Amino acid sequence: MTEYIIKNGCVIDPTQGINGQKMDICIKDGKIVDKVSKAAKVVDATGKTVMAGGVDIHSHVAGPKVDAGRLFRPEDKLFKSPNRKSNLRMEMGFSVPSVVKTGYDYARMGYGFVMEAAMPPLEAAHVHEEIRDTPIIDEAAMPVVGNNWFLLEYLKNHETENAGAYTSWMLNATRGYALKCVNPGGTEAWGWGLNCITIHDKVPYFDITPAEIMKGLIETNEYLRLPHSIHVHTNNLGNPGNYTTTLDTLKLVEGYKPNNDFGREQVMHHTHLQFHCYGGDSFKSSSFESKSKEVMDYVNKQKGLTIDTGNVTLDETTTMTADGPFEYHLTHLNHLKWTNVDIELETAAGVVPFIYDPKTYIAGAQWAIGLELSLLAKDKDRCFITTDHPNAGPFWRYPRIYKWLLSAKARNDLIANELKYGDKVIDTTYIGELSDKEISLYELAQMTRSGPAKALGFSHLYGSLKTGMNANVAVYDVDPENLPSDPEQYETAFGNVFAFFKDGVLCVENHEIVNYSMPKKTVWVNSIVPENKQVERDIRDKFLHSYTVDLENYAVFDEHVHNPYAIKVDITE
Amino acid sequence: MNTVTITLVKQPQLFLEADLVTPDQFAGKSIEAIGAIEISEGKIKYPLASFAKIEGASGATAEETKIVLNGDWTRVKRIGQKMTAGEIIINSNVDMYTGGWMIGGKITVNGNADSFTGIAMAGGELTINGDCLNHVGSAYRGDWRGMTGGVLRVTGNVGNDIGTFMRGGTIIVGGDAFIHVHTHGEGGTIIVKGNVEGRVGGQSVKGDVFVNGTIDFMMPGYKYVDDVEKEVDGVKAVYAHYIGDLGERHPTSKGVQIFTNLYLKK
Repeated sequence: MTEYIIKNGCVIDPTQGINGQKMDICIKDGKIVDKVSKAAKVVDATGKTVMAGGVDIHSHVAGPKVDAGRLFRPEDKLFKSPNRKSNLRMEMGFSVPSVVKTGYDYARMGYGFVMEAAMPPLEAAHVHEEIRDTPIIDEAAMPVVGNNWFLLEYLKNHETENAGAYTSWMLNATRGYALKCVNPGGTEAWGWGLNCITIHDKVPYFDITPAEIMKGLIETNEYLRLPHSIHVHTNNLGNPGNYTTTLDTLKLVEGYKPNNDFGREQVMHHTHLQFHCYGGDSFKSSSFESKSKEVMDYVNKQKGLTIDTGNVTLDETTTMTADGPFEYHLTHLNHLKWTNVDIELETAAGVVPFIYDPKTYIAGAQWAIGLELSLLAKDKDRCFITTDHPNAGPFWRYPRIYKWLLSAKARNDLIANELKYGDKVIDTTYIGELSDKEISLYELAQMTRSGPAKALGFSHLYGSLKTGMNANVAVYDVDPENLPSDPEQYETAFGNVFAFFKDGVLCVENHEIVNYSMPKKTVWVNSIVPENKQVERDIRDKFLHSYTVDLENYAVFDEHVHNPYAIKVDITE
Repeated sequence: MNTVTITLVKQPQLFLEADLVTPDQFAGKSIEAIGAIEISEGKIKYPLASFAKIEGASGATAEETKIVLNGDWTRVKRIGQKMTAGEIIINSNVDMYTGGWMIGGKITVNGNADSFTGIAMAGGELTINGDCLNHVGSAYRGDWRGMTGGVLRVTGNVGNDIGTFMRGGTIIVGGDAFIHVHTHGEGGTIIVKGNVEGRVGGQSVKGDVFVNGTIDFMMPGYKYVDDVEKEVDGVKAVYAHYIGDLGERHPTSKGVQIFTNLYLKK
């Protein structure tokens, strides 16, 4: 394989404490090495920033509800798809891009790994087929378990070992990575037309509360010693006054310790926190307010937590979540089309288009809250930037979010010029108090590289430029020694990576994708537990009586999983 | 106003997409430059001149440019797409999407048009002196933002899905319409001078629909209110006034509940 040397760039790598130091990065045989031969191809990075490939901890890029979004929004492609470039495949879509555009756009931002945030276990084969067809980026997927009938029953009876055996079977059957928990209990209640608004509402017919589900899942996760913690989207998303539910959820981690061999320090990751930090009792500016400070005060002092932001980007987008009742609620707010994808015993997702219009107060306030979370986070290794793609905005808007965080001017200009109710947004959120606060490039690397890689428990694979790491390296047109005066340059630079190496293959050269045929990996967790006859019997029984598919047809088979990379966790040793 | 006359002299094997045949694209260009404008046949692009003979001269701006299309344009789509000003006269039948996303100016088709004529139109005048197929003045598939302005007149008959998701503007049909008129409507006016088979105003929440002939199958969501005299396209008549679709949301504006009004000529 070709050798490369990235010469004279300003390297930023929080995993080694390197902050803008001028140095060379050498690549050989797909790995980062100490030195290369004279024959190595030189990439001149003078006056540029060199970072590890980005890691996205939460993005909806493959699976049945993403496809439902693509299918029922043909207008998302109309006049918004770029013309095909001669050396690339056709790209389509704006808020729910085609798989090809997804891979390309992540590469254009210098991202090497993306976590598909919600995989319905029954549809795992479909998820893996789409992952296979997404070029360049490595991916993994988290099965949705917060409303799973097996787990609701095991957790109700505090049978952690049984829950663990079932979960382990599920991770292996779906080639999944971690436990995703969406509106625990609420989505199951939705099957009866109901919901769980607080974490102490009983789930109908199961006699268990969301709090008990989440605590049980934490215990199960730590019993299995999984690389990632449980990945939570709690109850009451998107409703004014929901921050109390959020705080109650976050406090569930008290008393739990992480139990794993991967360097992970949290026991709960809470995703798209922006949607969970609302005060007041309506969306009117007279009542609604930001509670990001109250929530972040707790997150900052609780080491057992990591979060991602879910930044609103003020675009027309497509919301999609396994929180079925929330989407039904949303369609009655905006009167746009709605679809629901019910997955029998497991989960139910909804999809609704949504316009975050800067001319409305509420979109401005949501935009502000998303940014406040990042600005208020004391430990940037525990707060990650996402848009909950495509819920709060398309993922390819990340560079715009970086701009708003790196430059106070960009943020303040937007409040003054683009938000119609900028004054009201300042009055009801903390964005005004934070008007001079900016993050550094080092902090940006923590929030998009080292942090998410550590939280996902694979800092040995991603998010670092240490010798021996997989060579995912991004070179950006930003000079840390001479930062741009025009904030727009941040957005341009981070959205059009100068050069990007994926596993040591030069994928983007001079801002253009030159190679997208490199092998990409599907990362999954091979969890091994002691034999459990009862759970085996329960699984057989449930499939016989309640599932529409046969047990033999349920598990993903090898042909479905593209270039699998298993992280083995054996608790029997 | 300067006139560019284009005569189609060669028929395409597939269908042509002529979204660049608009006064906006032609304005300020020489005949040679107009001949070089790209027209797509499938995925291959050709210069317009390879299919057509081009004569005359364009104006300096779109307002001052008139395009006359002669010959047989039956296999050409998207004429006048997104045009903002000027005029196009088509002395032929045309294929789909004529005047789609039109913003201003005037198009006259002296012949029949296929489906999606005037789709998501926002302004201007589009007249078809003939019949149209389906989705006249409708929204793009999937979109909830249909026609928002302008006048779309068809002298003959139309097919189904007329003015779907309409928000503004006027559609006038001289002849009959098939089914699905003003479905999901949120504004605008549709006048059908002939008969409609059925499904008028389904899931519509705002707007006015006039039918001078008969409706074979009335939507169950409409309720008779009163008889009113109305002037419709310059002619006064008495109409039976219905409101609906009662199965949908009906927001209030200034204390008055908003409905779609369906007027059926007595």
